Amino acid sequence: MYSHGSESLIKQAREIQDSELQKFYGRLVKLLQGKELSHETVDSLQRLHLILSATKYTRTLPPELQKRLLSLLSSPVEQLQVLSSAVLRETLPLSGQEVNYSQESIGQLNSHAAALLLSQAGSRADLSSLCNQLLRSLESRQSEGPAHSLTHTLPILNTILTHSPECLTEDHVTLLSKKLVDWLRYASITQGGGASSGGFFTGPRSRQPVPIAELDGTVSGDFFTVLCVGQGFTDDQWMNVYSFSMLRHWLLTYHSVCNGNTTADTDDRSEVDGSVVSMVSATSSSSRLLPPKERLREKAFQYCQRLIEQSDRKAHKRTDTDLQKACLVEAVCILDCVCVEDISLVYRTFPCIKALFGRLSSDLSFARVMLPIAQFYLNHGEMAAVECESVWKLVFGRFPAELFNDHFLAHELLRFLRMNLESLRLRVPQYTHSFPNLLKLLAWESPAVVDDFVDLLPSLVTAGTAVELLHTLLDLPCLSATLILQLRSTCLPISEPGGRGLLSLDAFRSPSFRGLFLFLLRTEAGAGDTIDRLSTLHELLAEAADWPRVVQCAQTVPVLLHIFFNTVITVADEKLLAHLILVMLERSSLLLNIPKYIKEIHRVFSCHLLRLCKLHPSLVVDQSHELLEFAGATANVYSKEEIYTHVVWVLGEYLSVSCDSRCSVRLITSCFEALEAVLFEITSSAPTPGAVCPAPRVVTTLMSALAKLASRSHDLIPRVSLFLSKLRTVTRGGSVTWCSDEEDLVAIVTRGEELWSLLKAPGVAQSVLTPPPHVTTPQWHQDTNVAMPLRLRALTNLTHSQ
Amino acid sequence: MVRCFLIHTVCPVSALGPGESRVLYSRVFGPDEGVLSDQHQELNPEERRLLQKEKIAVVARQVRSAVSLSREASGRLLMEAVPGEEALALQEADSGVVRLRAGDPFSEEMSALWLGVQSLGFTLVCEPHENLLLAEGTLRNLTRHCLEQLHMLGQGSEVLLRSNRIDALLSRLLPHGQLLFLNHRFAQSLEKEVAAYMAK
Repeated sequence: MYSHGSESLIKQAREIQDSELQKFYGRLVKLLQGKELSHETVDSLQRLHLILSATKYTRTLPPELQKRLLSLLSSPVEQLQVLSSAVLRETLPLSGQEVNYSQESIGQLNSHAAALLLSQAGSRADLSSLCNQLLRSLESRQSEGPAHSLTHTLPILNTILTHSPECLTEDHVTLLSKKLVDWLRYASITQGGGASSGGFFTGPRSRQPVPIAELDGTVSGDFFTVLCVGQGFTDDQWMNVYSFSMLRHWLLTYHSVCNGNTTADTDDRSEVDGSVVSMVSATSSSSRLLPPKERLREKAFQYCQRLIEQSDRKAHKRTDTDLQKACLVEAVCILDCVCVEDISLVYRTFPCIKALFGRLSSDLSFARVMLPIAQFYLNHGEMAAVECESVWKLVFGRFPAELFNDHFLAHELLRFLRMNLESLRLRVPQYTHSFPNLLKLLAWESPAVVDDFVDLLPSLVTAGTAVELLHTLLDLPCLSATLILQLRSTCLPISEPGGRGLLSLDAFRSPSFRGLFLFLLRTEAGAGDTIDRLSTLHELLAEAADWPRVVQCAQTVPVLLHIFFNTVITVADEKLLAHLILVMLERSSLLLNIPKYIKEIHRVFSCHLLRLCKLHPSLVVDQSHELLEFAGATANVYSKEEIYTHVVWVLGEYLSVSCDSRCSVRLITSCFEALEAVLFEITSSAPTPGAVCPAPRVVTTLMSALAKLASRSHDLIPRVSLFLSKLRTVTRGGSVTWCSDEEDLVAIVTRGEELWSLLKAPGVAQSVLTPPPHVTTPQWHQDTNVAMPLRLRALTNLTHSQ
Repeated sequence: MVRCFLIHTVCPVSALGPGESRVLYSRVFGPDEGVLSDQHQELNPEERRLLQKEKIAVVARQVRSAVSLSREASGRLLMEAVPGEEALALQEADSGVVRLRAGDPFSEEMSALWLGVQSLGFTLVCEPHENLLLAEGTLRNLTRHCLEQLHMLGQGSEVLLRSNRIDALLSRLLPHGQLLFLNHRFAQSLEKEVAAYMAK
């Protein structure tokens, strides 16, 4: 599809020499001077467009050429309009030739010229003027001229409304609202375009107007909407389409239009009108008495109800069925919007929405229509005292569980959650327990939705579910693999000889392992933190470790873990934090074996273990038993180096009386002995052939931790000193079997010597190795000696005039 | 409203770096957003155009990355459709949506819907509250027309040499970025106009 030819065309366009370019301009000017439109003219203009758009740096055209191009904008030939508009959009307006946006003729412009004007608008004033002119042209062309030339007016107005709503005045709003009402509700109900009911023979008899039809072919019995068809269309029917296409945006933004003084008046007016409306809207026949904005709301309401009813018909064409779905979404959104503005409409609207929900809730192909319905229930359900359980069951239950692989639904569902977090937390208590289901969306399509989960995850972290959430996050790659297996299981036949993924698929289907997978596929939290046979599960899924989807999922887990830990410290008490530390230690060896995954997770764990202990030093004494068990296992030095280093460090740092009064001498001694044993082991024997040496950092951390512990319990000092001097002796003899790099060895030995000399002065050693908080985080203003000079200095600065 | 429509590469291009994308067609609708915000008041028109081009390039890169990750994950083999098989190519196309955060690159949050047809991506950037069902349908329709009218499944470069056809197509089906609720009759009528334009 993309060929070398295209690539070289772009290159040529960028690198065209200036002399050649000027010649080209000259030729083009000559061509444009001629009266006729030739293929050469069109091709040359197209070439010019390519030359201008191929580079991001702007080229300026010679004034003569630019003037000719400007005149082409009003050419009767559409190709010239299109090309000149495209070319001029790629270059800058001539200085001194800026368009006057207030001139009369602007309202008469064709679509392409108007596009140029829009793109070159330099300020809000320009847009305001353009807006003025367009509305004036709308007003004046009441029933004359082809509306086709008017059709671009509404899209342009919508664009201006998007970028700069203040450009419209209150009068504009009134005018446009009136026009929209006419086009939406009172468009012709007969087919346009000279349609005749007869076939070949057209006589006066068959020229009677033919009524419009519904999408299933039946004759339409009500007003015209976008879901009505005919052989041809009248102008106001076209405007009906354009009006409905911009209706929602109009209803959402027209009240942000401001016009200085009149806003205050309209606020007062609408308060009074509001009470009038609530009486009047009960009987829609008197809608003629309503002011324009309220009348538009009423008509919008009727239009949407009709669309909802029309969507129930069986359309003949596939594109029409798709359109019906889109119309349902739009209709529900518009109804939601008008109900937000006029609360009295809620009672009239809810029956319709409820019926729609009932009709569509069991059909998963209408899932995307359910989301606006859920928004409606969320916004108005409480007020109307309607039961919403079934809606949430669908949104938090069936959708993530069964439609996790529909990217558009996932995107919209997550957006719905993000936009309504506050409301959901208040009104939908099962939200925080739905994370096993919601995370399926992440497990399936991680790169596309991880951004949304970065925003949503904090809201899912609660004290009650934190542990289960942590386990779920760590097993996301397993969930990813399981979802793949689930899909494969439904698609593939029972026995597939020589197929990929055979082992894990068999396991998925086998009854003895079913429970493991079912746990991963659970729909809500609360059944249990995790399963006992996790290691079995990991073994069964071992071959999934190189499936691309699983790998992509694994790459998002570290980020989510960081967010989890950052949030959990704000909601957890010490007991929960202690539990989390245990989970970290336990899971460090219980992870799906994906390359780099385990290492990354260990790094995250280490970082947060450190943070938690820094925040709550007494946790170390509290969990000393488990931490010691971990630190005393020599195998951990090799398999979990990162975590091991940090566990040893926190033990050395926080296992002291000053951190927790429960810390006894016996505890310090037993910790010392455990660490000492490991240090001896790793520095005495050579590692088995093929295995690695212990990391130098582990050795130095162990030495430092031992020194710190000894400084708190002086009986232990001789033991450390003995080891350190032995170390010095052994290494003087040259290299050692447990350290391959000479520089590292030198570093270790240097450390050892420093510690040894420190420990010779036991009183000092403790303060140097574990400085008390008032040294590490000085707050000089609280110190009795230092405070006085500081205060005096501050007062002097304040009282002296600068 | 749709902010812009792009056609860009989603396959490796030898002249570019690994993650980069060549933009073959881009159309931004509406005024430059920098003009109306307080952020870029001091830029002159030339700088504004440069900024806009850079923003388009960012979108193309992000979609390229999303397409390659999605294709990698699904593990589906890319089929090579030949001219005449446009409907099949469209059916086999990957699709998805990328969330563009506020500031990256547009000042407000946007949703970039994409369709990946072999080595090219067709992207529609719209405001997130927009009717994405309608946008999806419109994107598919636009893509189908582009593939057919510009013979994009072949080796030609009509997308570069006949960009005015895409402009005309957009002016009917997506005027000034407005998504339209077109049933098959309205769509047929507009497509007839487009076909008449292309025939000239």
